[in-house]
Amino acid sequence: MIAVEHLTKKYGDLLAVSDLSFKVEKGKIWGFLGPNAAGKTTTMRILTGYLPATDGKASIGKFDVFEQPNEVKQIMGYLPEVLPLYPDMTVTEYLNFVASIKKIPSAKKKEAVGKAIKVSGLDQVKGRLIKNISRGFKQRVGIAQALVHDPQVLILDEPTIGLDPAQIIEIRQLIKSLKGEHTIILSTHILAEVTQTCDGVVIIKEGKLMASGSLEELTASFRTKEGAIVKVRKGIQDAAVLLRTVPGVEKVNREDNELKVEWKPGQDLRDDIAKLILDRQFGLLELRPMAMSIEELYLKIISGDVEP
Amino acid sequence: MNNIWVVTKKELRAYFTSPIAYVVITVFLLLVGFFFYSMVWWFNNQSMQMAQNQYYYQQLNINQMVYNPLFHNISIILLLMLPLLTMRLFAEEKKIGTEELLYTSPLSISQIILGKFLASLIVLLAMLALTGFLSIFTFLYGNPEVVPVLNGYLGLFLMGAAFIAIGIFFSSLTENQIVSAILTFGALLLFWIINWASYSASGIWKDVLNYVSFLQHFDNMTQGILDTTDLVYYVSFSFLGLFLTHSVIQSKRWR
Repeated sequence: MIAVEHLTKKYGDLLAVSDLSFKVEKGKIWGFLGPNAAGKTTTMRILTGYLPATDGKASIGKFDVFEQPNEVKQIMGYLPEVLPLYPDMTVTEYLNFVASIKKIPSAKKKEAVGKAIKVSGLDQVKGRLIKNISRGFKQRVGIAQALVHDPQVLILDEPTIGLDPAQIIEIRQLIKSLKGEHTIILSTHILAEVTQTCDGVVIIKEGKLMASGSLEELTASFRTKEGAIVKVRKGIQDAAVLLRTVPGVEKVNREDNELKVEWKPGQDLRDDIAKLILDRQFGLLELRPMAMSIEELYLKIISGDVEP
Repeated sequence: MNNIWVVTKKELRAYFTSPIAYVVITVFLLLVGFFFYSMVWWFNNQSMQMAQNQYYYQQLNINQMVYNPLFHNISIILLLMLPLLTMRLFAEEKKIGTEELLYTSPLSISQIILGKFLASLIVLLAMLALTGFLSIFTFLYGNPEVVPVLNGYLGLFLMGAAFIAIGIFFSSLTENQIVSAILTFGALLLFWIINWASYSASGIWKDVLNYVSFLQHFDNMTQGILDTTDLVYYVSFSFLGLFLTHSVIQSKRWR
């Protein structure tokens, strides 16, 4: 649905985006990760047609962003980092205006605006001036504005920035509920957001692509060791010693009342571990695979430890 | 056309839901009313004095003595007021970040510019139309010629349009509304009086300086002369302002 090929953007001598390529499939949510000034906003602005690129190609749906900007703008909704709201309009007036500039025929405008208000949960503030509503509602108006013309693609630049935790969860749920019908790209530097809402990530740093793919793919390809976390009812010291004797196990570390058992990738020793613990009657409370957290993954990729 | 009108409607709402339009129109009408009163009083006074002398009495002309100076005064008030109408048009969008919404919508830049231009023109038209009430008195108690009056209004409207186009251009240059207004004042005032320099210029420069001055063309129109040169001058000035705005917006995005 969204394809970016060798995209490059220079501001004068400053290279903001360099040779960036990635693809997003239809109906998926992709997260756009990277430290500040990594080129996230610039890439999004290029995709939305707000900025031209210095080099490269980008397409949304079957339209080329640079050759057919108007067609692209028609099928795309965009929430910029700075909310593009008119403080002196009411929520309904504002959404009506946006619906008009997105060329929704006037017969369908009321319905479209009503739907956007409903989906974004704006019913209780729809008659109020935008300057008088809370930050959380403003953010919702921003999202409503992006989807009022029912676009195939949504581009959201930091949709949860500046919200309190409860609002963050609400907005995330809202975004998740849009999945399927819409293809979504969102940028963020909250890593939890990516694991909770996204199907895949594009990680960039200083304008360069560091990694991209689905979360499973990435964790799999960046994992250098596998393991499990074991919790036993009693005799944790003895269990640790005995677990080291299981063939294939490389390392057993005790962390508080848990044991971290590691082995070489490519095998699964969980059966052996469980059997040993049950045989010796340590009492198996918990046995869970050691997943690589998104934080670890992100830091690893950003620090350039591993070549993608 | 519909796309242009969408922007126009939004700008008109912004003018009329905030105090801007009301303040500008009220102050404008107060000043125009005062000038009108002064002119009429002076004309009245002159008429009384000249009443003894039949020859001079015949020479008195309400178009010459009331409308001509009134139009000149109005044009100066417009020069002071219109930059305040145009200063926010692009500067504000930039400041509050809504330009990203406009430029990522399927509207073209020309449609956005024309929409804003049209909104200011409508306010200008309202301002001029409201001064029309003053003419009720002159036509009721005097006998001015209609055509020169209409011609003067046409001149005011065209000149106002040019002022607005230049104001929009300066608004597109900055995100600060005050800077935008001051630059517009400066430019308008300069073009107003640039023909003063023609006294010391020679050759083709004399003609050029005379031609580019607002005042020169406006003088013709208030005297009831409808010359295509003047029409072309004002229309091309407006066009130039809007064209430059378009270039500024385009080039900013390409930088």
